[in-house]
Amino acid sequence: MAEKEFWRWKEYNWHDESTDWNGCDTITAGVDVGSVSSQAVIMVDGKLYAFASTRTGSDSPESAHKAMKWALEDTGMTLDDIHYKVGTGYGRVNVPFADRAITEIACHARGGNHMYGSSVRTILDMGGQDCKAIHCDERGKVTNFLMNDKCAAGTGRGMEVFADLLSVPIEDIGDLSFQVEKEPPPVSSTCVVFAKSEASGLLRKGWPKNKVIAAYCNAMAHRVVSLLERIGVEKDFAITGGIGKNMGVVKRIEGELGIEALKTNSDTQIAGALGGALFGKALLEKSRKK
Amino acid sequence: MKANYGYMDGSGEFYITIDTDLCIECADHGCLEGCPKGMFAIITDDYDDEVAEIKGEFRKKIKYDCADCKPVADRPPLPCVEACTAGAIVHSW
Repeated sequence: MAEKEFWRWKEYNWHDESTDWNGCDTITAGVDVGSVSSQAVIMVDGKLYAFASTRTGSDSPESAHKAMKWALEDTGMTLDDIHYKVGTGYGRVNVPFADRAITEIACHARGGNHMYGSSVRTILDMGGQDCKAIHCDERGKVTNFLMNDKCAAGTGRGMEVFADLLSVPIEDIGDLSFQVEKEPPPVSSTCVVFAKSEASGLLRKGWPKNKVIAAYCNAMAHRVVSLLERIGVEKDFAITGGIGKNMGVVKRIEGELGIEALKTNSDTQIAGALGGALFGKALLEKSRKK
Repeated sequence: MKANYGYMDGSGEFYITIDTDLCIECADHGCLEGCPKGMFAIITDDYDDEVAEIKGEFRKKIKYDCADCKPVADRPPLPCVEACTAGAIVHSW
């Protein structure tokens, strides 16, 4: 019997059936090949038209193709119909069909600006393998940024490790972390390997799973807040990346900072690819003017 | 954007900061000739603007490459800072 993969988050695609892309002026795409997940976003005349979010495999070009193919599914559109394509993320230079590679820092700032509005000044991008605190201006242009140390602590991968350890589906972690009478002290926020050993010890001591989850969410929040404090948090504040969907971490970050993060109905995980597609539109328009 | 290039050691954190927003309007590109080691380059950034950066091969040895321009006593004005007419280059130490 196949072992259940508790870390596996939902991979999905979406497209706007009410929009007819035929005859539109600009079709641009952003492909964010991250260390853990890949997203493709297609925008039609500056409006979100389709996206896909999938797991990154061992082959970055293949992951880029897979994400894009899935975003195009059932749209009737082909890769050739897209006027400008931008590659971003950890594997941005390995997107074979991209017209331009742009850093994920710039793309998350621009995507966050589009997703949350022009009042955003601090964006916390909590990715699969790293975490970035980004300052941006009203146009979504990066003014300053800081990255985490080389460690999975405070990243999506760390949360996946805990989901597997505790045999809890990763989507349920946020809600479960609130089911504690009293907030437990955080486990080690220095290292995921140490945190995992500590959590195993706590389970053996008889701690219920939700208490251990709360302790880890607490540790993760503490870790990223120390990153944010190094660069300073200017209002408005927003979170992008996969962990932005985990309310257990988001609420604890808000609590430590004393600032409420902006909320969105969009998937925070597509912010980088969305920024890429927006960059594509700007670059396409610029090239047409020449 | 303020791009920081530098290093950290037991005595603190040391950076050369390039304010790339000031580079955008600069036509002189004095930094290219101003640095005796030729550490600067002009690149097109993510926003399609031409800005200065420290070349990749120098980024991990700024401590040593900048040392000649920074004697302990009687330090003259830094050539890169003087050459930058846009005022985009600042050293933290």
